[in-house]
Amino acid sequence: MINDYAIEASGLSKHFGDLKAVSKLDLKVPRGKIYGFLGPNGSGKSTTIRMLCGLLTPTEGTANVLGTAIPGSARELKPRIGYMTQKFSLFGDMTVVENLQFIAEIYSVPKKDRRTRIDELLGKYDLVGQRRQLAGTMSGGQKQRLALACAVLHHPELLLLDEPTSAVDPQSRRDFWANLFRLAEGGTTIMVSTHYMDEAERCHRLAILDRGIKVADGTPQELQASTGMHIVEVTADDPYQAQEALDCDEHIRSVTQLGMRLRVLIPEQFSQPVGLVQQHLDEHGVTADVRLTTASLEDVFVSVTMSPEERAA
Amino acid sequence: MKSLSRLLAIIRKEVRQLRRDRLTFGMIVGIPVIQMLLFGYAINTDVRNLRTAIADQANTHLSRQFVAELRETQVVDIIEFVDTPAALDKRLRLGEISIGVVIPHDFDRRVLDPERPAVQLLVDGSDPTISSVAIQLRNMPIAFDTGTSAPRNHNIEIRPNYNPERRTPVNVIPGLMGIILTLTMMMFTAVAIVRERERGNLELLINTPVSSAELMIGKVIPYIVIGMIQLALILVVGDLLFQVPMRGSVLDLYLASGAFIAANLALGLVISTIAKTQFQAMQMTIFMLMPSILLSGFVFPFAGMPRFAQLLGEILPVTHFIRLTRGIMLREAGLMELYPELVALGLFTLVAMTAAAVRFTKRLD
Ligand SMILES: Nc1ncnc2c1ncn2[C@@H]1O[C@H](COP(=O)(O)OP(=O)(O)O)[C@@H](O)[C@H]1O
Ligand SMILES: [Mg+2]
Repeated sequence: MINDYAIEASGLSKHFGDLKAVSKLDLKVPRGKIYGFLGPNGSGKSTTIRMLCGLLTPTEGTANVLGTAIPGSARELKPRIGYMTQKFSLFGDMTVVENLQFIAEIYSVPKKDRRTRIDELLGKYDLVGQRRQLAGTMSGGQKQRLALACAVLHHPELLLLDEPTSAVDPQSRRDFWANLFRLAEGGTTIMVSTHYMDEAERCHRLAILDRGIKVADGTPQELQASTGMHIVEVTADDPYQAQEALDCDEHIRSVTQLGMRLRVLIPEQFSQPVGLVQQHLDEHGVTADVRLTTASLEDVFVSVTMSPEERAA
Repeated sequence: MKSLSRLLAIIRKEVRQLRRDRLTFGMIVGIPVIQMLLFGYAINTDVRNLRTAIADQANTHLSRQFVAELRETQVVDIIEFVDTPAALDKRLRLGEISIGVVIPHDFDRRVLDPERPAVQLLVDGSDPTISSVAIQLRNMPIAFDTGTSAPRNHNIEIRPNYNPERRTPVNVIPGLMGIILTLTMMMFTAVAIVRERERGNLELLINTPVSSAELMIGKVIPYIVIGMIQLALILVVGDLLFQVPMRGSVLDLYLASGAFIAANLALGLVISTIAKTQFQAMQMTIFMLMPSILLSGFVFPFAGMPRFAQLLGEILPVTHFIRLTRGIMLREAGLMELYPELVALGLFTLVAMTAAAVRFTKRLD
């Protein structure tokens, strides 16, 4: 069955007792794309990924992953997906090569191909120097590259990566994303969860998750274009004072400080956002440069994770 | 085919990790040897050569014969003859002797009189072992201080097999084998699996094509081999240090042990599906170990236990294993003669394995 989507989920929910970790999630993940899953800690990213690979049984709802129905026997799915757990889950007391060999054996990679495949991965993921090192003694970035190498060793069609970059430095993160793009170009579908905005921005599409509920999805551009908010940027010498001046107005949904700048979110219905901000600043005697700007993903995140009351007020 | 190679991959991995785990490796050898030394030497109520003094106030042919026979038992080591019971008291108090024997003037007459004790034993009651020996001595066919059982014959006869329930190493070690294997096999498997869960390895493994059966069997096989190695170790140490006989066939013993090890590994698997942390797994192992020591006939004779305790004991694999090892090693019994015990072990393994397989699903919830 040819299907444009690697993953289709409808009404997927997972409850742990009273806690609704994931609620009525609908997802469509296109093939060959990098699909981001953005949300703060505890928003249900890991739970969703675990349901999609058959590790957790959904409380409600169904999904179709690479043509396999969830819930159901995920057995034939296993060789076709690669899963990188949030916590490093390879064997710390085995060397890099031993870990790769083990994974190769588990996935029944033919004996004659094993060596070349492992050497290829060691080169690709910059682990040649670590081949005889115990995995447990490596740095965060090295562990992460090993985990990715193990997840892709058997050429999976779908890669599920759960916060792969949470324990690595910025340079390693950039390199890691370069690897993901290379894999996606090769036709692999990648679903990656993150709580970093800059990473979410690199995805072809993304869904934003808040307390188990999907609050937005689309391409980063679509999301940025449809916040329903004016974004006013305020550059002030004294951002604290400026923030105080703006906090009192109920039209102003949110004020976020970024260094010397403030990002002020005001509903689109309001026609004079710059004037409003300027007026408050003048009243408090704050001198600042005020201008309208376009939404960043951070602004999208702030606006979609507001409670309905905050939004409507 | 693929399944077999996955199984081999798991076994290889397990062995590789075991080789690097010095602590576990040390325990494989250390637990049997240390336990053997502890139990082999300590659980030994075959008390001999208790320091004894005698106040023979009769000094007749009969009393001297009694002393000679007392000496022959080797239970007592007669170091001194004194004149009065008071002298015995003093030596007891000072700890110079453990037993004092008073033979009264009218010993010859008392022996014939069922109403009066013929001999008085003064005992250092602060040591329970010595008291128990004294009680055994009292049960000899001569009436001592209590005089409750009168002698029926005039000859003073002291039986050398004064301790019919002798717990020499010869009797302890076949049982100890069962206890050691219970502890190590159950603990190693339970901890090995729980550790993988704690470290997150299991989440990775169950997302691969490995099946639950491959995972469980692959984890268990290396430990069967380890159990067999421990068994060899126990037999060698038992032979060298305690001269424990091996009257039956070694092959029979190994077959019996195979069945027993399987039962314990299955139980370890069950524990691993319940325990969330390594600590819990250890606790549950100890919880299972206590009845294995107390109710299996290892410490207390099975026949003397209350009915309920016996029933519990029958459920424990180690009870059956101890019967098997005592039978094979000490009584030269053939494995087939002991088949009910084998059947019991097989049943236990089957039930435990089923329980483990049902509980061990390839899921996290
Ligand atoms: N096995 C579990 N049992 C109970 N609660 C859980 C379990 N797994 C996750 N949760 C809860 O579900 C919520 C979502 O968790 P998770 O999916 O791990 O979030 P994220 O990956 O986005 O940080 C959290 O509140 C977490 O505490
Ligand atoms: Mg998570």
